[in-house]
Amino acid sequence: MLISRLCRVGFRVAKELSRGGYAYMSRSRYKQRHCSHYQWSTLELLPETRAFQGSIFQKHHGFSTLASDGASAGAMKRKERKFFLNKNIVLFGRISVTFVSKDGEEIPIQVPIGMSMLEAAHENVIELEGACEGSLACSTCHVRVMDMEYYNKLEDPVDEENDMLDLAFGLTETSRLGCQIVASPELDGICLAIPAASRNFSVDGPGYSPSFQCLFLSETAPAIADGTMKEFGG
Amino acid sequence: MAIFRARRVLWRSFSTISSHPLRVCIVGSGPAGFYTAEKILKTHQGSQVDIIDRLPTPYGLVRSGVAPDHPETKNVINQFSRVAQNGRCSFFGNVALGSSISLVELQELYHVVVLAYGAESDRVVGIPGEDLKGVHSAREFVWWYNGHPDGRNLDPDLKNTDTAVILGQGNVALDVARILLRPTSELAITDIASHALTALEQSSIRKVYLVGRRGPVQAACTAKELREVLGIKDLYIHIKETDLKITPADEEEMKNSRIHRRIYELLSKAATAGPSQPSSGQRELHFVFFRQPDRFLESYDKKGYVSGVHLEKTGLKGIGSGKQIAIGTGQFENLSCGIVLKSIGYKSVPVDDLPFDNQKGVVPNVKGRVLSDNSGDPTSFENGLYVCGWLKRGPTGIIATNLYCAEETVASLSEDLELGVLASTTRLPKLGRDGLLQILDNRNVRVVPFSAWERIDKEEKRLGSLRNKPREKLTSREELLKVAGSE
Repeated sequence: MLISRLCRVGFRVAKELSRGGYAYMSRSRYKQRHCSHYQWSTLELLPETRAFQGSIFQKHHGFSTLASDGASAGAMKRKERKFFLNKNIVLFGRISVTFVSKDGEEIPIQVPIGMSMLEAAHENVIELEGACEGSLACSTCHVRVMDMEYYNKLEDPVDEENDMLDLAFGLTETSRLGCQIVASPELDGICLAIPAASRNFSVDGPGYSPSFQCLFLSETAPAIADGTMKEFGG
Repeated sequence: MAIFRARRVLWRSFSTISSHPLRVCIVGSGPAGFYTAEKILKTHQGSQVDIIDRLPTPYGLVRSGVAPDHPETKNVINQFSRVAQNGRCSFFGNVALGSSISLVELQELYHVVVLAYGAESDRVVGIPGEDLKGVHSAREFVWWYNGHPDGRNLDPDLKNTDTAVILGQGNVALDVARILLRPTSELAITDIASHALTALEQSSIRKVYLVGRRGPVQAACTAKELREVLGIKDLYIHIKETDLKITPADEEEMKNSRIHRRIYELLSKAATAGPSQPSSGQRELHFVFFRQPDRFLESYDKKGYVSGVHLEKTGLKGIGSGKQIAIGTGQFENLSCGIVLKSIGYKSVPVDDLPFDNQKGVVPNVKGRVLSDNSGDPTSFENGLYVCGWLKRGPTGIIATNLYCAEETVASLSEDLELGVLASTTRLPKLGRDGLLQILDNRNVRVVPFSAWERIDKEEKRLGSLRNKPREKLTSREELLKVAGSE
């Protein structure tokens, strides 16, 4: 029943938005559903959601304008993808995250807002170690944020996290602990690489394979492609 | 993604050998042992893995090394428990390599033996007076406060003196300093052994010196531990500002190492942060740099007891590749104390029929494959014998280091299986678990399986709850075996 309700909401939003209009949803009609303790519902969400409702409208208009200006197909596709993903946040309170495994395999998942990346990895059976279970007492959930733009959106690490990062293998400029990255709307589309478990990690990296999703969401080239990723030894 | 997963599963089942399961015995149930077991179980779907440990309790240093006031570091035990509860894995406690079962016998019972029994001895300083009473290794002291059955009789005298000297500035040294200086009310709600808590409550030690041969840039501790010891409530910290002067060589070292850079920054801040003198009755922690021990001084009043350390000032000398070592300058001074704790490194213990490199204190190996001897001949391997953890790499690193160590060892094992290097042994079935238990039964060895450990675990937690502690450790073999055996 919940699914059918959500689908109806989804179709309504899609219909409204495709007409270039802004679908106003009254709070009273769409109450919060508590499927889990994470934000899984429609519009009782975070204040950011409202901004996103607005941004959907903006993007849509931007899209039309760009089309008429004859902008590049790539730019249009990027905006189209961002539009698609933002709807995900609005309706389902989830963001898209892509993990890149040690073997270079890309694993796209949906993460509820408020969930840590470590927990999300475990829920999706992605091999990310978490020896201390998220209590800032180890460095085994070390991940690399593939895109500097996303890395900069994260809150600065606290001393305790930096202390643990000191001990992480293959530390880079965009390294963070997976248990400290918490899903929020502005992280939608983030790509996180799980470092290969090698003590002599080389700057060449664990086989990063550029993909449609990762490339399109980055405004700047990922640091790894530049070959500017520095090794922080210990 | 589902298709990729399915492919991976198929590959794994094809990677196991023939119709009988691969039988593996891992000696040692600390992080090295458990990470190895986990990796083997995952990579070789048909494998049967047995983990033996000479103690009735599993988890190695996670239980007996990690400090009582670091409970989060012990969370990894949950992951190891899940490995032990895997249907293809068995834990057998109270089984000692050497006395309960020999290495040769294990190699007959199992296709593969992985040695992960760590380092249960100490490096010696090698100076006069080292066997004076009151000079202990930090390893023994840690065993003592962590309730290790072999540490309960240490009985260190904390009442005859107000000063303790710790040689070394690594994390173990800092742990020991912290346990000596922390208010005992804070220790009372941890899983510290109760005999240690009682002794610490009656302790007269108020000053602790952490003595290092080199400077603050070379200090071996890590930021979390340093930050913690510097943050102890109402503790006076003393660091000589002149020790903080850095040379171009020091700067080069720090440039290449984030850890050392941050440690130096923490020490610099601590040197100038607090008051210049301790207030009356305040506990003190002194960081002493550029001093190496020359000999231990014997007390005049109490013959056979230590009364201080004769220290030689040192200077640093570069030996290439950015490393600097300590060189004596011929200037000496004395540091009085009533107890010395040597925290200069652990050392592994050799067993019969096992190649051993006495100089490095490890089993000679290449990526975890045990070499037949120390000659360095890389083509002569012991068939089916592997090594992991401190026994392989030497006693350094953190719990997570064993994760990567295990990956490497298991990769070597998997490669050997694939290439048929182990074909002569894997071609035939082995008795494994059943054979082992039969032999142990014949020898009246009281094996402690995982379910019995769970009884011990439950009882310790129950006793702990009576005293507002997470657990009250049972510290004698007899008590442990009694609870393990009971129903």
